[in-house]
Amino acid sequence: MNEDIKTFTISIYTENNIGLLNRISAIFQRRHINIESLTTSRSEIDGVNRFVIVVNMTETNAIKIVKQIEKQVETIRAYYHTDEETIFTESCMFKIKSDLLFDEPQIQNIIKESDSNIVTVNKEFFVLEKSGRRHEIESLRRDLNVFGIMQFVRSGRIAVTKDEMKITELLSAFDNQ
Amino acid sequence: MKTQTINNKQEVAEKTQRITGSEAIVRSLMAEGVDVLYGYPGGAIMPVYDELYKFQDQIHHVLTRHEQGAAHAAQGYARISGKVGVAMATSGPGATNLITGIADAQIDSTPLVCITGQVFSHLLGSDAFQETDIVGISTPVTKWNCQVTKAEDIPVALAKAFYIAKSGRPGPVLVDITKDAQVSEFDFKYEKCTGVRSYKPVPKTSQESIDVAAELINNAKKPMIVWGQGVILGQAEQELKAIIEKAGIPAAWTILGASALPTSHPLNIGMVGMHGNYAPNRLTNECDVLIAIGMRFDDRVTGDLNTYAKQAKVIHFDIDPAEIDKNVKTDVAVLGDSKESLGMLEQALNKNSHESWLQEFKDLYAIEYDKVIKNDLSPTKEGLTMGEVLKQINIESEGNAAIVSDVGQHQMIACRYADFNITKSNITSGGLGTMGFALPAAIGAKMAAPEREVVAIIGDGGYQMNIQELGTIFQQKTAVKIVVLNNEFLGMVRQWQQLFFDKRYASTEMTNPNFVAIAEGYYIKARKVVKREELAEAVKEMIQSKESYFLEVCVEKEDNVFPMIPSGASVSDVRLS
Repeated sequence: MNEDIKTFTISIYTENNIGLLNRISAIFQRRHINIESLTTSRSEIDGVNRFVIVVNMTETNAIKIVKQIEKQVETIRAYYHTDEETIFTESCMFKIKSDLLFDEPQIQNIIKESDSNIVTVNKEFFVLEKSGRRHEIESLRRDLNVFGIMQFVRSGRIAVTKDEMKITELLSAFDNQ
Repeated sequence: MKTQTINNKQEVAEKTQRITGSEAIVRSLMAEGVDVLYGYPGGAIMPVYDELYKFQDQIHHVLTRHEQGAAHAAQGYARISGKVGVAMATSGPGATNLITGIADAQIDSTPLVCITGQVFSHLLGSDAFQETDIVGISTPVTKWNCQVTKAEDIPVALAKAFYIAKSGRPGPVLVDITKDAQVSEFDFKYEKCTGVRSYKPVPKTSQESIDVAAELINNAKKPMIVWGQGVILGQAEQELKAIIEKAGIPAAWTILGASALPTSHPLNIGMVGMHGNYAPNRLTNECDVLIAIGMRFDDRVTGDLNTYAKQAKVIHFDIDPAEIDKNVKTDVAVLGDSKESLGMLEQALNKNSHESWLQEFKDLYAIEYDKVIKNDLSPTKEGLTMGEVLKQINIESEGNAAIVSDVGQHQMIACRYADFNITKSNITSGGLGTMGFALPAAIGAKMAAPEREVVAIIGDGGYQMNIQELGTIFQQKTAVKIVVLNNEFLGMVRQWQQLFFDKRYASTEMTNPNFVAIAEGYYIKARKVVKREELAEAVKEMIQSKESYFLEVCVEKEDNVFPMIPSGASVSDVRLS
C-alpha cells in the first residue's frame, strides 16, 4: 500500500503549561517526522493555547500522530486538516535599503502589486510586510532579491478551519461534571 | 518543635497548617495513602529526608543502593498491588538514575510517582552543582511531569501526579521540586485531584461497538482471544473468565497478561509472541475472529505485521484510543475500561463451545510438548535445564508464588513454565526489556505483599546489573527468594549469535564471581546447585525459608529457548528447534 504523502495542518488546543511544546515536538522527533512549521499562540479561549503544526505525511500517519498528541494529559483536543479544509496564511518581512525606493522605481510597483505594506521607513532601510500564501511570498522574495534584501524572515503557517472544533463545549462539559 | 503526630489521614488532608514545602511533600504522600517509598538521599532532596526522619513511624522510606533500584522497587510494589509506587531521588545523577525505571514503567503502563529534588530556582539553567534538566530528560518517558518552584504549588502538583499516574492507562509521572520550594513555608491544605479538564482517562464504552463485537463473536467458528495487561490493570480478571467460559473461546496471553487467568484453566492456551506457545502463535493465522483485550500488538507479539492474522476479523478492546489501528488494523474497536466493557460483552454473548477448534490447540500443544516442553521440564541429558527449576518452584510453591523475572532466556522460561493461580503474579519487564529489573522489583513486590511468596528468577547477567540491591534486602530483612539461573552466558544474545551470527559469541561469555559468597557477604542464606539430584531439596529449602534466600542453579551453558519466531518472521513460522 503506497499512500500519498500530503500536507496536513495539525491544530492542537492545549493548556498553557511549560514543557508542553517539548512534549509535543518529541512526538514528531521520536518518529523521525520533519515539522514544516510550528506556531503557537493563545486561542479564542482564555488560558487555552493553540498549536498549528504543518507536516507532510500520509493520512494514516496523521491519524496516528493526532492520537498520540491527544493522549498527552494537557492536550485538550487535536485535529488534522487538509489545505482544502482550512483557511491559512503565512507572513513575512523584508528589510531593504531605503535608497532603492528612490533609485529603483520598479520596487514601488512591486510593493503595490504584491499587496504588501511598508511597516517603517528610515534613512538606511525600510521594512516591508506581507501576509499570504507561500507562493505569493516566494514570488515577492524573488522579485525583491534582484535588488538586494538585507534581511528576510517568514513565519510558520497559521490556519483556521472551515469546520467548528467545539473546544468551548468540550471545556464546559468538563466544568459541568 | 513542630507536632509530628497525625492521628488520621483525614486530619492530614483537611487541616490547614503553616509548614515547609518538604513537610508538605511528606504529608501529601501520606494523604495519598503511601506507606512505603523507595529512594536515595542527596543534597537537593535533603529537606524532604529530614521530614521523612520525623515521620518515620508513619511512612517507611527504603534506602535502595542505587536510584535505578528505587525505581524498579517502586514498580514491583505497583505491579503486585495495583497501587501507585513512589520513588524519590536527588537532583542530577540521582534523577537521571531513575530514568531507566521510569521508561520501563511508561512502556509497561505502571503507575509511579517519582519525586526529584532540584537545585534552588534562582540557580536553574546556571549549570549549578548536580543540576540537570530532568523535566526535559524525562518528558518522552513520562505520562506527565512538572517542575515545582514554589512551596504552595506542591500539594496541587502531587495530587495531580497521583491522579494521573493511577487513572486511565496508568503510567509514571515525575515531579521535580526545587530546594527553595522545599524549605519555604506556606499554608498547607491537601485536596485529592479528581479530574484534569484536558485529560479524559477512560473513554466511554459504546453499546454499539459491543453489539457489533458480540455479533462477530457469536457467529465465529474459530474465535481466539489474546489478552494483555489491560485485563489486570482494569481488574477485569473475573469478566475475562466469564467471557471465555460462556462463549467457549480459547484464550492466549501476552507476557504482561500472564496470571490474569490461572495457568490450569482448560481454555488457557498459553502465551503468544516470539517465545510463546506453538499453538496460539500458529493458530493466530487460522482464527476467524481475533479478540484482542488490553494488549497493544507489540512487534514481539505479532512478528511480521504483513502476515499477521490477515484472515481474521480483529476486535480490539483498549482504554487508550492511540492503540487502536496503531499496529494492526481493527474491524471493531471497543474503547473503555476493560472491566466495564468486558462485563457488557458478556451480556451480549451467546453460550457456545468450540470443541473441534479447541482440539486444534491441543493437537499443536502435543507437538510442542513432545519437541520442546518434555525436554525442558523432564530432561534426560546430564545438564540442568532452566525449565526443571521452574517446575520445582511450581511444585514447592503450589503455583501460588509471585514470579519476578529479569530479561532474557530465563524470563521466557519463567513466563512459559511458571504456574500462576493468582493474578498480578507475573512481574517482569516486558516492553522495555530491562536487565537488572528483577532483584529490586522483587523487593518492592515482597514489601507490598508480605504474605505472598515472591521468587525472583534472574540470569547471571541481569543479576549483576543491580546486584547491589542485596544490600537493601539485607538491611530491610525482605524475605525475597532469589534464584539465579547461571549459564555463564548472556544467554539470549548467545542464542541469537548461535542462530543468526554463525556462533560468533561476541562478548556474551561471562566469567562469574562466587555468587554464594557474595550473598553470604550480605548475610543472606545461600546455596549452589550443580547436580539434578540436589535441585528438589534446594528449592524446597528455599521456599520453606522464612527469610531471604539465594539459590544459584548452574544450568546447561548453551541451551536455547524454543519455540521461537525469528525476528521479523511470521507467527506461522514459529520454530520448535
